[in-house]
Amino acid sequence: MKIKALTAIAAVLLSAPAFVAADEDAELIVNGEIEMVTKTAAAPHLEGALDEVLSGWLFRADETQSLQADDFDNPGMIFVDQGMDDWGTVDGSEGKSCASCHGDVEDSMAGIRAEYPKWNDTAGEVRTMAQMINECRVDRMGAEAHGYTSAKMARMEALISVQSRGMPVNVAIDGPAADMWAQGKEMFYSRTGQLELSCASCHEENYGNRIRSDHLSQGHINGFPVYRLKNAKLTTPHGRFKGCVRDTRAQTYSPGSDDFVALELYVASRGNGLSVEGVSVRN
Amino acid sequence: MASGVKPRVKAPKKAAAGEIVTIKTLISHKMESGQRKDGDGNPIPRSIINRFTCDFDGMNVIDVEMAPAISTNPYFQFDAMIPGAGDMVFTWYDDDGDVYSTTKSIAIG
Amino acid sequence: MEFSRRDTLVLGLGAAVATVLPFRAFAAADEAIAAFTGGAEMGTAGITLTAPEIAENGNTVPISVSAAGAASIIVLASGNPTPEVATFNFGELAGSQDAATRMRLAGTQDVIAIAKMADGSFVKASSTVKVTIGGCGG
Repeated sequence: MKIKALTAIAAVLLSAPAFVAADEDAELIVNGEIEMVTKTAAAPHLEGALDEVLSGWLFRADETQSLQADDFDNPGMIFVDQGMDDWGTVDGSEGKSCASCHGDVEDSMAGIRAEYPKWNDTAGEVRTMAQMINECRVDRMGAEAHGYTSAKMARMEALISVQSRGMPVNVAIDGPAADMWAQGKEMFYSRTGQLELSCASCHEENYGNRIRSDHLSQGHINGFPVYRLKNAKLTTPHGRFKGCVRDTRAQTYSPGSDDFVALELYVASRGNGLSVEGVSVRN
Repeated sequence: MASGVKPRVKAPKKAAAGEIVTIKTLISHKMESGQRKDGDGNPIPRSIINRFTCDFDGMNVIDVEMAPAISTNPYFQFDAMIPGAGDMVFTWYDDDGDVYSTTKSIAIG
Repeated sequence: MEFSRRDTLVLGLGAAVATVLPFRAFAAADEAIAAFTGGAEMGTAGITLTAPEIAENGNTVPISVSAAGAASIIVLASGNPTPEVATFNFGELAGSQDAATRMRLAGTQDVIAIAKMADGSFVKASSTVKVTIGGCGG
């Protein structure tokens, strides 16, 4: 069975034609005003790996691409609205909402999504946006932490992400974040699971090729949280990582674990220069 | 499904009298088709929004009968003729008897 | 959505069949058409159905219909377990007899739109939509 499966995967990968995106020159302008960079020169740290970084949006069919061009066509925006309701809702023992400390989300959260995951001096570690949301909830609001990949977490991440749409992803990989970034990089290139696939096997060596009838993307996370047509709801980066790792038939890491934080830091940095798209629409 | 259902409507704030405007609507709803089974093999009962209407000052724009084949988080786009200033009322009817409604006022100018 | 291996095999088999020949319009679709038209003859002029040739995901297939002067338009998916999708009834303030929505398709099949015109006549359009099975699906 294992050999059969491997053969099947190999056949899929090998029979694939050369890079075929839905439309490599398509331009994404959201609401007629936010111009998204979906293709740009790769960051210096990707030298030898990728020359150009391509948003996952370019790998989708026309119909799916168009769903992201208008906030009233993009079903993910429903959850941004819900996140907005949560933003102003008092929760927990301290009688606070997000807005109590952070005011208007449009002002206080602009640019945040572009820089996360990010080194946090106080905590002395790299933190994801989801971890920061839960730190606020537990330490400042006296509320229960959201499940790391839960619907409530996804919609709060969505609300915060939307405030940075169109800004270039700019995740720092040096200084105190360097060790964790190196750990994430090692994970990206390590083959795992019964199928012995690394992230790079699909998303660096075979992007644009077909896996069954789908196009493999470069695996950037600038579009997260993403509204997936597959399950008609928002998916967070760690939720997606878990699915990918599971599909290599490996034991997955836990969402929120140090391993996935390191991987998120590294994967996010591969998309440096692409626009923050979240909430995006993907297959 | 009363909780977490949230309409989202794109309609212009202003229009010329007699103008035809494009309306877009989205609402969060799982649209459980009744065709799926749970982990134990038992059918998951149907639970959908079965009708959507748009009216302007009591006059109908569109009235849609919806079946389980409509996707999760239903979307509609259609055109409305705006005879004058007034209120556009959007209503969704759930299988469970709940009714979700939202109103957009349109001015002339 | 969790898929067991058996589900996946069944889906795969469905896909294999679907790629060989589209579902035929089942009796249920014929019944739904008869219920809408009362068995009247259908023309083909004056109605447009826009649907993708290949749907990236059968869960969310964008379609639009247009039939100037129609009183109502029914949309049917001939290969779904129940063929009805939606019926658009246009009111006195309809700005056009155009509408768009997103629908579920159980597999490759014909999508059918039938408009009932103001004079009581019927016109029909149909379009084959291929539904693909995604990659590893994460």
